[in-house]
Parts: sequence; structure tokens; C-alpha cells
Amino acid sequence: MSWFETLRTGLESVRTHRLRSSLTVLGIMIGIAAVILTVGLGQGAQNQVSSEITALGTNLLTISPGSSTSSAGIRQGLGSATTLSQADAAALASKVVAPDIKAVAPVISSGASLTDTANSNTWTTTVNGSTPAWATVRGRSVTQGRFIDRQDVTDHTAVAVLGSDTAAELFGPLDPVGQTVQVNGVPLSVIGVLNTVGSSSSSSSTGSDQDDQVVVPITTATERLFGTSSLSSILVQATSSGTLSAAYQEADTELLAMHQITSPTQADFTITSESSLVSTATSVDRTLTVLLGGIAGISLLVGGIGVMNIMLVSVTERIREIGLRKALGATPSLIRRQFLVEASVLGLAGGALGAVLAVVGSVVLPHATGYPVSLSGVAAGGALAIALTIGLVFGVYPASRAAHLPPIDALRSE
Amino acid sequence: MIDLEEVTKVYRTGSLSVAALRGITLRVDEGEYVAVMGPSGSGKSTLMHIVGCLDVPTSGRYRLAGADVGGMAVRQLAEVRSRQIGFVFQQFNLLPTMTALRNVELPLVYAGVDRADRRRRALRALGRVGLGDRVQHRPGELSGGQQQRVAIARALVTDPALILADEPTGALDSQSSAEVIALLNELHQAGRTLVLITHDPDVAGVAQRSVRLRDGLLVAEEALV
Ligand SMILES: Nc1ncnc2c1ncn2[C@@H]1O[C@H](COP(=O)(O)OP(=O)(O)OP(=O)(O)O)[C@@H](O)[C@H]1O
Ligand SMILES: [Mg+2]
Repeated sequence: MSWFETLRTGLESVRTHRLRSSLTVLGIMIGIAAVILTVGLGQGAQNQVSSEITALGTNLLTISPGSSTSSAGIRQGLGSATTLSQADAAALASKVVAPDIKAVAPVISSGASLTDTANSNTWTTTVNGSTPAWATVRGRSVTQGRFIDRQDVTDHTAVAVLGSDTAAELFGPLDPVGQTVQVNGVPLSVIGVLNTVGSSSSSSSTGSDQDDQVVVPITTATERLFGTSSLSSILVQATSSGTLSAAYQEADTELLAMHQITSPTQADFTITSESSLVSTATSVDRTLTVLLGGIAGISLLVGGIGVMNIMLVSVTERIREIGLRKALGATPSLIRRQFLVEASVLGLAGGALGAVLAVVGSVVLPHATGYPVSLSGVAAGGALAIALTIGLVFGVYPASRAAHLPPIDALRSE
Repeated sequence: MIDLEEVTKVYRTGSLSVAALRGITLRVDEGEYVAVMGPSGSGKSTLMHIVGCLDVPTSGRYRLAGADVGGMAVRQLAEVRSRQIGFVFQQFNLLPTMTALRNVELPLVYAGVDRADRRRRALRALGRVGLGDRVQHRPGELSGGQQQRVAIARALVTDPALILADEPTGALDSQSSAEVIALLNELHQAGRTLVLITHDPDVAGVAQRSVRLRDGLLVAEEALV
């Protein structure tokens, strides 16, 4: 008998046992959909964190001041030292010293209270003094007005660029450009609003809200607002992701030289890359994915036991049928093939429907819960393989055993 | 056609063993019509299962159409069942989920007959047993007599040399029984070898020869015609 004929016989059998077939398919379908969706949820969370971190700027290195030792000999926390200067930043910007560095932005940050002079609205947020390079390095742009320029820095202009959330808090629906805000008593006129990166939840994973901050010229910050010239950080952008470690080396070497430090262990600064942040965050999320996947796997197993039960019962029920088919001339291998086809059809149908259900779920779930779902082919393939295995093992094995009974024993069984 | 020599069959269930056949020697020639009679439990069905290659003897030798069945592999036995033997069971043994037509086609599927041919032959066999108008009915939609006629159509559709019937009228009323017996008689007229198990002396009366079993032994043979 040809495979085509076997396929027909198997399909006929699936069709004529509708209830049993649909229960089997349902069990597999739900198991598969659960696995794909749970893994997808974990993967989605992981991707979200990655994209939020990328929103901080790509190929980015952050140089922070190291720890300092006070006159009393007490070592203070990282970033407490006042070791980074604008001269350091200028040195790193040199193409000769650091060919792999594309842009450098010195930053002085501080929390400050902002007051809208027209309505006396107050809002507390982070104020960053920096240069025009800040926008390049952070990968940001302005949606209204303009960003600070070289002239602003040279002239210590009293201007500010607001994050979109900051602007909304202070001015509501009004056009913020042209308004005046007071920072530490100094009136600054608003010249632009930053684009929205929409990372409302980013504060949890990356520590700051990219839509709620203020950027002012660095000279304005040092001389008019904060009265200090030591930098909070220097942001360095490498020319590409491939040159990130070269840029790291160049920055490290140059700063050690500038600070006249001979041993790297004595460095009074630290350089961190955003990619290390990414890997930490994603590894946390990967743990989550594995955990969720485990739970899904268990649910698939439970579903599989259900399917197994249906299969076993159905084969037992059909031992008479097997005996009859053998009496009519079927060989054991034909019987085995028929059940193989049946189990594969059920397993594949369940798997395919489960995948469809998962795709539907991946559209509906984010709307209902707000969590992104990212479908993974590996999870889908794995789940399908498991479903098929369950179907084959528990559908084919008992059938194959029955196929080897003398036909009369099978025929007589009740 | 059939040549049994000192065939025994012992069933073992746990520590208990039942000798269902205790040394049967029997020859049935080609084209013969033999009725097997005997009280319940005497081993008639066991004998038929061995003759039909549905079961294997515990000892003794069985040659079917000159070939020693004892030495055959599982595949060859399936082939013999498919090509040479047609069965009619007391309980019909039709597949309840399939139509009469599909049930009759089944042996042809395993004999490797192609679809169009299969359909044609199955329809002809059903026509021959008088069920040409019931081909799309499932067994549950047919009377007992009609079901047994479907089973007979299934037994003759592969055109086997040997037809084995185990109490084919056991579950039928006298009217349906008569129809079934008439059909079997026709098959014999057409040149097939027939072995029929029955309790009914009237049914046995249509055969050429009858053999009687008791406690797994052949006790009497008589020519009837
Ligand atoms: N599978 C089996 N396992 C154990 N013993 C069996 C088995 N099949 C039949 N027997 C025993 O073998 C003996 C012969 O049984 P068999 O079915 O051949 O009788 P029979 O002549 O066909 O009876 P009946 O007229 O009631 O159909 C009986 O004693 C029966 O109990
Ligand atoms: Mg019997």
C-alpha cells in the first residue's frame, strides 16, 4: 500500500472520530499556544529593556569621576570626586588622540527646581549643562524650536531646552518655546523641546526618565546655575559599535595621561559602556524567560499527559479494529504507518492551531495587559516538536504493539 | 487446499492451560464445501482461526494450497490472508465509522488495488449480495442480515479461493439466515472452497461434507451429498 493510500486511511480515521480528534487537537493547541506566548512575553520584556537602553544613545561610553578621599581619610562613593574637567573632554574630542571617538559631550547634572515665571508652576527635575554634542551622543533631536548651539556655549546664553514631559508639566498645552523658566533663581528662556522617546517605564530599568530633563549650555550651568566647573560625566560616542572597545582604550589612556596616573588601578575615573548595562538587564530578563518557559513547559507536559491519555484510550478502544484490519490483510508495518499518520496529523493540526492562537494572543495580550509579546520561532518549533513527540510516542507505540499481536487476540479483545 | 496434520492448540492463561485442539488431522480439497459442527467450546472457532492464519497452532503442521504456513513470516501471513482467504464472522466485524462501501473496499486497500478499480469491485460485490442501494449506509443504519451481507461482500471482493465463515447465521433470524446461506451456496457453486461453522443441522445440510468436533478432537466425518 502506498504512502498516499496510508495518508488517506489515516485522515479518514481522523475524520470519522471527530470528537476524539478535536479533543486531542485542543489539548495540543492550548499547550503549544501557552508555551509560545509565555516565552514571547519574556522575550518581549527583554527586547523592551534593550530598546530603552539603546534610547540612551548608541555606541556610548560614560566616563564618571572616581571615588575621592576626604581630608579626614574617608573614601567617598563613586562619582563624588571632582576629577573630570572640561579640558579632559576637549582632549578626548581630539581626532589625533582618539581617532575612534566620534563625539564627546561633557555634562554637569544636578537636580533643580524649575519655576514657570508666568504662572508660578514649579517642577523639580534634572538639569544638564552640556554642549551641542549632547544631542548627537544621546541620539536626540528637537521637535520644536532649536537645540543649544556653539554660540550659546560661548556666550553663556540664558537658554534651556526642555524634555517633552517637563514642558508639559510646566506649560501644559501652551507652546513652551519663548516662555521663561527660572532655575535656581536665574531666568532662562525656552528655545526648544526634545523629541519624545516614550520610555515611561524606563525609570525602572535605566534610572532616569529621558523625557523629563532640561539641557542648558554648559557655560551657563557652571557660571550661572551651579557655581562649579567639575563635570558629572563625560559622554563619549564611538564611531561604530565595532570601535567601542578601541574608543574605550583611547579614552582610558588619554585620561590616565591627563591626570598623570601611572597605574590603571589608581584611576580616578570609571568608564562604563551602555552595552554592559544592556547585558546585565538582558541577563535578568533571560532568567525571567527561562522561568516562564519552564512554567509553560510544565503546562505543555500536563497537556501532553492529557493527549497521551486520549491517545492510549483510543488505541485500546481500537485494538479490535487493528485485529480486523490485520485479518483483512494489513501488515503490522501498515498498521503502524496508519497510526503514525493519524498521530502526526493530530499533532501538526494542534501545533499549527496553537501557533495561530499564539499569534492572535500576541496581538491581543499587549492591548489587554500592556506587556509586549515577541514571538520566537525557536519556542514555536520546540513546542511543535514536543507536541509531535507526545502524539507519536503515545499514539504509535501502543498501536505498534497491538499490530504485533496475533490478529485473533486483537479481534477478541474487548 | 487445506491440509492439517496433528494440529494442537493450547491456550495458557496464567498457570491454567486449556487444550482447545488436541490433534486434528483434516484435509479439505479445492472447491469443497465443508461444515464444521460440534458443541460449544469444542474448538470450532479455534480451528477456523488457525485455518485462516489468524492464529498459529501450538504444534502440528498446516499446509495451505501446498505452502507450509508454520514457516511463514508475519508479512507473508498477511499476504496469504489478503490474497487467499475471505472471512465472515459471527459478529460481522464491520468498522462502524465507515460506510458499507468503504468496509468492502478495505481488503482491496491492503491488496494494493488502485482506487477506481477498488470502487468498481466493491460496488459489484455489494450488488451481488443485493445491497446495491445501501452502499453509503453505515453498519449502524443496516439490519443484522444486511450487515452480514456486507461482511460477505467484503469476504468475496478480493476473489479469494477459500472462504471461512464462523457461525455466519448465529445472530440472524431464519429469513436472513436463509438469504446468507443461499449466498454462500452461490459462492461454492462459483468454485470456491468453503468452510462453514454452524450449530444448525439445516445449515450444515447444504454442505457436501460435515465434520464434528468434541473436546478438541475430530469425532465424526460424514459425506452429506
Ligand atoms: N483466547 C483464549 N484463551 C483461553 N482459552 C480460550 C481462548 N479461546 C478459546 N479458549 C478455550 O478454548 C476452547 C475452545 O474454544 P472455541 O472458541 O474454539 O470453541 P467453539 O467450538 O468455537 O465454541 P462456540 O460454539 O461456543 O463458539 C474453549 O474451552 C475456550 O474456553
Ligand atoms: Mg465459536
